[in-house]
Amino acid sequence: MLEIKDLTCGYDSKFALQDINFRIDLGEVVGIIGPNGSGKTTLIRAITHVLKPKQGEVFFEGKNIGQMKFKELAKSIAVVSQSLEVVFLTVEEFVLLGRIPHFRKMQFWETKKDLEVARRCMTLTDTIKLKGQLMTEMSGGERQLVLIARALIQEPKLLLLDEPTAHLDINHQVRILDLIKRLNKEFGLTVIVVMHDLNLASQYCDRLILLNNGFIHKAGPPQEVLTYKIIEEVYKTVVVVGENPISSKPYVFLVSEEERQKRGRPG
Amino acid sequence: MGGLLLSIGILSLSIGSSGVSFKRIIPLMFEGKGTTEYTILFDVRLSRIILGFAVGGALSLAGVILQGMFRNPLVEPYTLGISGGAALGVCLNIVFRLHQTFGIFTLPLFGFLGANLVILLVYSLSIRRGILRIQGLLLTGVMISFIASSLIMLMMAVSRVEDLHGIVFWIMGSLEEPNWFLIKLVVFVSILGLIISYVFCVDLNAFSLGEEEALHLGINIERTKRLLFIIASLLTGCSVSVAGIIGFVGLVVPHFVRMLVGGDHRILLISSFLCGAGFLIFCDTLARTIISPMELPVGVITGILGGSLFVYALAKGQTVLGGR
Repeated sequence: MLEIKDLTCGYDSKFALQDINFRIDLGEVVGIIGPNGSGKTTLIRAITHVLKPKQGEVFFEGKNIGQMKFKELAKSIAVVSQSLEVVFLTVEEFVLLGRIPHFRKMQFWETKKDLEVARRCMTLTDTIKLKGQLMTEMSGGERQLVLIARALIQEPKLLLLDEPTAHLDINHQVRILDLIKRLNKEFGLTVIVVMHDLNLASQYCDRLILLNNGFIHKAGPPQEVLTYKIIEEVYKTVVVVGENPISSKPYVFLVSEEERQKRGRPG
Repeated sequence: MGGLLLSIGILSLSIGSSGVSFKRIIPLMFEGKGTTEYTILFDVRLSRIILGFAVGGALSLAGVILQGMFRNPLVEPYTLGISGGAALGVCLNIVFRLHQTFGIFTLPLFGFLGANLVILLVYSLSIRRGILRIQGLLLTGVMISFIASSLIMLMMAVSRVEDLHGIVFWIMGSLEEPNWFLIKLVVFVSILGLIISYVFCVDLNAFSLGEEEALHLGINIERTKRLLFIIASLLTGCSVSVAGIIGFVGLVVPHFVRMLVGGDHRILLISSFLCGAGFLIFCDTLARTIISPMELPVGVITGILGGSLFVYALAKGQTVLGGR
């Protein structure tokens, strides 16, 4: 459903992404991983056409996104970004903003259907109990759930998430990723998620795209991407890759300097 | 809110250096022209009230629009230099006596031109490679504001004595305007501004999430920004040309209205307009009664009232609109 062809783009004269080629099929959960500054967020911005490509094209369901109307795009692709904007709105008001792409011309207020979709999405994300509270009172985990609710209310076909589990405790990390997986399984939502945690990415994604310095270093299922050779080359860090005993997905173990010295010593 | 505005209006109608009681207002309407009381009420005071309504509404509206676009409670026509540019335009007009040669309509025209010129200047200076930089915009606006006021002072220093008094009093801000054409024009512009900006209320709501998020919600941000810019400069230019620089209305009114009704622009735009109108009429009533029979410039009252309310709100640590 999404195809990126020879994409090169960046800020000013610097290229943040070069020669990106990949396609994503309907119903996939694809993780984008890579070191800081490797172009993960830039890729998200290119897909939503916030950043115009210098070269190459992005196609969504066969249509060039550069030629799609803003509204049309917003009805197909929703983004959960690492928004730090503090907004003085209640949770319900905030979530309802996601309905804007569906507004007709000269429509200022939500219709019954809009409110119905909002209720459904907030129930799904378990945020309905928060609806009267202010956004400024939300904890990090609640905030993320509300952001996902706002993206879902757009009724997108493709959901993009930029580090949805950053700064969250393990309970919330799992809750959010389980939710995403459920949306994918039950509603057939296609998901692209930027992740820093390699093990979570391995656990939840069907396929991983590893970026390094703006290039795709490796793409494929977690077993192919998360090998110690590739990780050490890209992240310049010594790791051991084992297997998660429960899911038998690859699991990346870090090795501290102390351990390295102990083991590196001859004899 | 509308009722409040109406009662402020009636109260303001009856208060003044020569008191006309409440009960006399209705009978006076039917007695018709001719009496002194009628003239005071409907020619002198009513015109001020109508102008106060239009200017107060226009300035608050411009404030809400600019704050919504920049997600910063500190921007308003004055801080972006739009008022300064408008004032400079009007000043030029007065010094060269263009309004006497070409007609009174050149005053708001010059105000609008000045405002628009500043907007274009600030906008083009802040655009780098197609992206509007908000921080740069604010700083440029403040600087242009300084330059404009310096140029006005320069003009005052070299202008004739008879012009000087006019400029000084106009700049301090006054709602006294004998020309009905100008009053009607400001009323028309402010209501037109309200209608057009209301069409963009949903866009403004999306802007509160940040520009990128607004784009994700399908808003054509560049076009919306440009249009709202023009509306804000039109509102400011006309207000300033008729009533002078009346500061703080566009800063304080939206701030407090937001505390009352929240950040939803679908409600905020209209309620700020009404509150701004009421606020300015109230301030003007104070201005002409407080040291009666003498009169204070209304800009002094809004400055003192608005400024101290703002400081109070800041000190209480209430953070509204992102409160950065």
